[in-house]
Amino acid sequence: MTNDQLKEKITAIEPEAVFSENKQYLTLSIPKEKLFAFAEKLKGSEALKFDFLFNITGVDRQKSLEVVYHLDSSVYRHVLVVKTETTDRENPRIDSVCSIWHTAEFHEREVFELFGIKFNNHPDLRRLLLEDDHVGYPFRKDYVDDNIVQR
Amino acid sequence: MTELINVTEPDKLTDQPEDQDKLTEQLEEQEYIINMGPQHPSTHGVLRLVLSLKGEIVKNIQPHCGYIHRGIEKMCERLTYQQIIHLTDRLDYLSAHHNNEAVCLCVEKALEVEVPERVKYIRTIIDELGRLASHQLWWCSFGMDLGALTAFFYGLRDREKILDIFEETTGSRLLQSYNCPGGLMNDIHPNFQKRVKEFITYFRKKLPEYDELLTGNVILMERTKGVGFLSLEDAISYGVTGPSGRASGFACDVRKHHPYSAYDKAEFKEILYTTGDTFHRYKARIDEMWESMKILEQLIDNIPEGDYSAKMKPVLRLPEGEYYQRVESCRGEFGVYIISDGNKTPYRIKFRSPNFSNLSALNIIARNFKIADLIAIGGSLDLVIPDIDR
Repeated sequence: MTNDQLKEKITAIEPEAVFSENKQYLTLSIPKEKLFAFAEKLKGSEALKFDFLFNITGVDRQKSLEVVYHLDSSVYRHVLVVKTETTDRENPRIDSVCSIWHTAEFHEREVFELFGIKFNNHPDLRRLLLEDDHVGYPFRKDYVDDNIVQR
Repeated sequence: MTELINVTEPDKLTDQPEDQDKLTEQLEEQEYIINMGPQHPSTHGVLRLVLSLKGEIVKNIQPHCGYIHRGIEKMCERLTYQQIIHLTDRLDYLSAHHNNEAVCLCVEKALEVEVPERVKYIRTIIDELGRLASHQLWWCSFGMDLGALTAFFYGLRDREKILDIFEETTGSRLLQSYNCPGGLMNDIHPNFQKRVKEFITYFRKKLPEYDELLTGNVILMERTKGVGFLSLEDAISYGVTGPSGRASGFACDVRKHHPYSAYDKAEFKEILYTTGDTFHRYKARIDEMWESMKILEQLIDNIPEGDYSAKMKPVLRLPEGEYYQRVESCRGEFGVYIISDGNKTPYRIKFRSPNFSNLSALNIIARNFKIADLIAIGGSLDLVIPDIDR
């Protein structure tokens, strides 16, 4: 399926999706309130069948915190990139997609500890890589630490 | 998490048989927690598994990682694209070349640089040699985990020959850093083709020995067949890729479905099994070694003449945008996601590491099997810890 055909099918299930320019993969943004319902449709729809979530990335856009989901279909082999963001830096919250794709459990724990984004309805939101008493969210752009040498 | 066992009046328990029986009874009735790792021989690195056990049945596994978390992604935000290559080596050190290739392909895609055909062939050949070396090391350590020490020496003996080829051409045995954006660091050594061909002839004779020594062994069969199932649905949902995923029937070979470098020029089979038990994860890797040799044979005589690198600027600035590249490393799908804001360093770079997702499935695979089976299951997933921690 080409990206244009894919775009048509996705617009049919979620007219609010905002598409952005990307030469490689079809990329879209979705408000965080709609993310979970949209994700369920992406996996459940017979024509789309996005059953393989291969990457979740946290990005600090400075004005906002963004989470990027890379989806693949083991049936059709088409790829979709879904983005969602929150402007709240103090207490950012985004719905978890753990119950749809189990691999999200670890990926969301990683985003949680490195960017401080809390995922609603995550079964076990604990730190994964950092020590338990680490202060701050090291992958944010405004993170400071005695060990980081300013250039 | 389950509460720790409360042994009734432990001070009064002696090593008399009746007291010991009482203790055993209590341990069998209640769940209790033990730590496996961080320095356990079967984890092949620093990984701690917190196990809830009932008797010797594993009820729950909580992996604790991060012992060698270096923050490589954050470090990369201050490094140029040529410098990043030397850090991606150190993620999954057994697929060093594959990881570097992913970064290079991603940068080349962003800059719209067409690398010479020669580079594509050489990259693919080194990829497959690396895959052979990695699977050999996996095979010998898997044997060792299950108590077959002879396998360890057989595997290392053959791997040594590949490392010698690497040393001659790339200058390094493990972390080659042979790729660079635009091509390769230097051309192949004049002996390269000859030695690779010699190696294939040699290894085609030696690989059946692996089967004779270990595959048909009755102890290995007992310990792997019907142990640690991973269903197709779970494999996809947990994102288990590589030979571990393909043993469950998940067709996830990036080389086949999203070809890169010279993989579209070679004929090979995607190894798929259906049961998803430990034995089939073992078989998938053995079969993959045969396929790797097939790919090598098709490409080694056809390396085109030409430059070993495209002309590149000394400072690379990727145009503003987002780029993603997937490659098949030895353990599954490796991905590089670069977000560039037009500077000479990436705004954000993310490595999708195959071991990270494979580890997340360990709990559902090994649950309700014995603790001794966990060693076999862990070995069959072939985890490399620095790739998980990054």
